[in-house]
Amino acid sequence: MSPPPTIDLEDLGLDRGAHLLIERALRDLVPGDRLQVLGRDAQLPIHLRAWCRAHGHGFEADGPTIVRGDADHARWDDAARVGAATPDGLAARAGPGWGLAARGALVEAGGPEPRFELDQRDQLWADVVPRLYAQALAGQWDPATAIDWDAGAQLPADVEAAVVQVMTYLVENEMAALVVPARFLGRIHPYFREVVQLLAVQVADEARHVEVFTRRAELRGGDLGVSGAGGRASLQTLLDEPDFVLASFLLSVLGEGSFLNLLGFLDEHAPDPVTAQVAHLARQDEARHVAYGVAHLEFLCASDPGVREQLRVAVHRRHDALAQTAGLNRQVFDALVVLAAGSWSPADIGRGFDAVERLQAEMDEGRRRRLTRLGFPDQDAAELSALHTRNFM
Amino acid sequence: MSDLVMGAVAYDPKVVTIWEGFKAWLRDERLDFDFVLYSNYERQVEDLVDGRIDAAWNSPLAWVRTRRSATDRGLQARALVMRDTDQDLTSVVVTRADADIHDVADLRGRRVGTGALDSPQATLLPLSHLRRLGVDPGRDCEVQRFDIGVGLHGDHVGGERDAARALMARTVDAACLIDGNSLLFAHEGTMPAGATRVLTQTPAFDHCNMTVTDAGPVAELERFSELLQSMSYSDPRVRPLLDLEGLKTWKEGRVSGYDALERAVDETGFYDDAGHVTASDYRP
Repeated sequence: MSPPPTIDLEDLGLDRGAHLLIERALRDLVPGDRLQVLGRDAQLPIHLRAWCRAHGHGFEADGPTIVRGDADHARWDDAARVGAATPDGLAARAGPGWGLAARGALVEAGGPEPRFELDQRDQLWADVVPRLYAQALAGQWDPATAIDWDAGAQLPADVEAAVVQVMTYLVENEMAALVVPARFLGRIHPYFREVVQLLAVQVADEARHVEVFTRRAELRGGDLGVSGAGGRASLQTLLDEPDFVLASFLLSVLGEGSFLNLLGFLDEHAPDPVTAQVAHLARQDEARHVAYGVAHLEFLCASDPGVREQLRVAVHRRHDALAQTAGLNRQVFDALVVLAAGSWSPADIGRGFDAVERLQAEMDEGRRRRLTRLGFPDQDAAELSALHTRNFM
Repeated sequence: MSDLVMGAVAYDPKVVTIWEGFKAWLRDERLDFDFVLYSNYERQVEDLVDGRIDAAWNSPLAWVRTRRSATDRGLQARALVMRDTDQDLTSVVVTRADADIHDVADLRGRRVGTGALDSPQATLLPLSHLRRLGVDPGRDCEVQRFDIGVGLHGDHVGGERDAARALMARTVDAACLIDGNSLLFAHEGTMPAGATRVLTQTPAFDHCNMTVTDAGPVAELERFSELLQSMSYSDPRVRPLLDLEGLKTWKEGRVSGYDALERAVDETGFYDDAGHVTASDYRP
């Protein structure tokens, strides 16, 4: 019988990392093989005995010698790799045992099985998601430096009040747009990590929007505007929607889609540069949110055309729930007119009114276009768009 | 009522997790198994010998008492199974690397830190070992006990850790530890690498076993033994439980590794021949 292989640890003890060298040497041996361990550390025989016992290896004081066990192999017998690390060829459904493991990792069997209800690719995915996430990261901006808060002169008091009212309205709408994805974020299986990442940035975007709209409202030191019960009732229906697909449809495709027009309107008609800047920057972010909502619902509708009926019912249900409420409060609508007018001359007010009318027509057109992308016939798209909340979001 | 009831001592909350997990697994394998938890080993031993439980997951000291008590009642105790990690352990007596103590004889007139008074590995066995080497603890050297978890027979690591801390704080001159804790305390920084020197190491001894008596249900105990020994570390259902309980595989029980502890019990008068508790200051 040939003598067993040896490893010389020199002065290194098991109390200072010698196990790394031993495990490396054991890697090439099969269970039952022996490894003689040489070294000058005085406590090596004592520590090696304890280490072998704890790791399922045999120990012979003569040498001392390790008799290789198989526990380290046994641990990985049933391990399985969680797909490929790249998003190509994603599984249709994430395995419950994959848990928080990185996609592509070799996962030991027998771990916890955390409950992530949103675990199906078609509910969540769109091929554009990784690109949108990259764009979202590249598009982050710092409110402290991206906006020139000192720009522009003081507005006439009534025009300033109109701006403050619109900002007050935007804050509560953006807060809803923050809370809705945040509620779903922890329910999405981490296997679809790009979706989790994208929605996490979306939540951060909304946090920033809440900040800049609040800051613009407070810029001249006056009180904030009013918050109507009807507007909040409309937002409440978004918060109450328990289904991710339907919430995403109502919020991102229809609500934030309409907000793209509203923010564009504010950018164009703002009576002061700060209002224009905050609207402009928020609109860039919202465009990404809408793009994800439309893309993943387009993906879903293509794989399951029956989903369109669920979307249609969701619009009707929300409309019915809001039928007895005021929708957009009069103060917000009027404030938009005054903001667009920029003065109290009858001609300017008339132009402002026309601009808000045009805004609503553009919102309707945008909604119909997106509904058509999801596969709704033109007539259905027009009908559903007309039923969208008067609160815009 | 269950066909087989085992006792275990709740030295740590994880004991509930471990035995609830094993219970579910054993029941899946059609053994009607249940367990009861004890706050100390003495009551568990008494209940095994009195026939109130069928098996006891025993410390080595509890094995010694069960053997004596069972024999006194005309019963035969045996070790049904034990963990792979229960075989061939050793304890060490360590001093600081810079101490002017170079062999066991230098401990005369010094202070030796130990675990709790009922710890086989950190008190009874190493002190008996010193006695055999010619230094009688309590007479030739002072013993400072760290009585944490009395009644748990040293399962609670706190006493040993406090002895190690006292050594590093120079309030004792030597400390008694099980070999595995000597490595653990180095890793966790209680006794930094290179800070200690081993004065002596005990011969190998065995630790816990699943103790049963010939009064127990024969077929059920045999099935229990077979099932435990069939548990595989590659089975993800039991691997987390085996990890918690600190083993890779259950082995056939043996009682050849308890002679030194029997001797230590006699030397200290911890139990008498009939398994009565005779240690004067022992309040589990």
